Amino acid sequence: MHDLTPITALGGTNARVETIGAVTCSEVPDVALASVTARLGKESQTRTAVKKIIKADAPDVSRFDGGDVLAFWAGPEQWMLEAPFDSHEDIAARVKSVCKTNASVVEQTDAWARFDISGAEVLAVMELLCNANSRAMDVGACTRSSVHHLGCFVLRRAPEMFSIYGPRASAGSLLHAIITAMHTVA
Amino acid sequence: MIINHPLLGPRDSAEFVYLGDANLIERPDPEAETAAREFYEYAYLRDNPAGEHRELWFHEAGDRSWLVVTRNTLTHEISDVQMARDVARSKGRSK
Repeated sequence: MHDLTPITALGGTNARVETIGAVTCSEVPDVALASVTARLGKESQTRTAVKKIIKADAPDVSRFDGGDVLAFWAGPEQWMLEAPFDSHEDIAARVKSVCKTNASVVEQTDAWARFDISGAEVLAVMELLCNANSRAMDVGACTRSSVHHLGCFVLRRAPEMFSIYGPRASAGSLLHAIITAMHTVA
Repeated sequence: MIINHPLLGPRDSAEFVYLGDANLIERPDPEAETAAREFYEYAYLRDNPAGEHRELWFHEAGDRSWLVVTRNTLTHEISDVQMARDVARSKGRSK
């Protein structure tokens, strides 16, 4: 019997939280992810399936929507589904059972590291971090852009709160970039 | 240089990777009798225009779509940007 210790993307046993000045960056490890990509000619069926899963219309370009299970636009006819890990550890299997052969579903849970950045100066931090026009993004907007040369998803969840999904293997580098930007703004 | 992505709007060219001539979309029919000659031309022969050039760009740090960008190689002015899949479909491909 293996005796394995679960660790976060940064290697800790607890999620890391850093507050510098008026901005807080929190590692968010308890998320399950799966990507959904419509197969050729099955775009409308896939949209219907996504709608069934998130109980809202499949998000349009650069948007996210949903509740407990949330979908964000990742590319043409392509979405990432996000849900609490505790209740949706098997997210890919569940999504596949709804999409069937209309879409390709890929488990993404351990491919990404999520950081939530919040606070009064969050926009100044986001401006230093990436090209995305974060001030023009309203709540419900998302985009994929590069942060510190890493392809990341950026979601504006609240006026003063952004989520950044970056490649998990580069979580340390991504955190370094975020912390550096936070120090600059503080 | 800014590329006006058809779905995402203006994006910095640093988010993209350049592949080359948009004619790479026009892969010859491997079953054709003249396939050897056509593949030779497809793989090796390129125009190198001083002026308007249609080329493929990949939005690597973005939504990872392929674009056909019409760019003037003398001025870097970009006159047209389309999704590569729309270009291919308009030619009866990927149906």
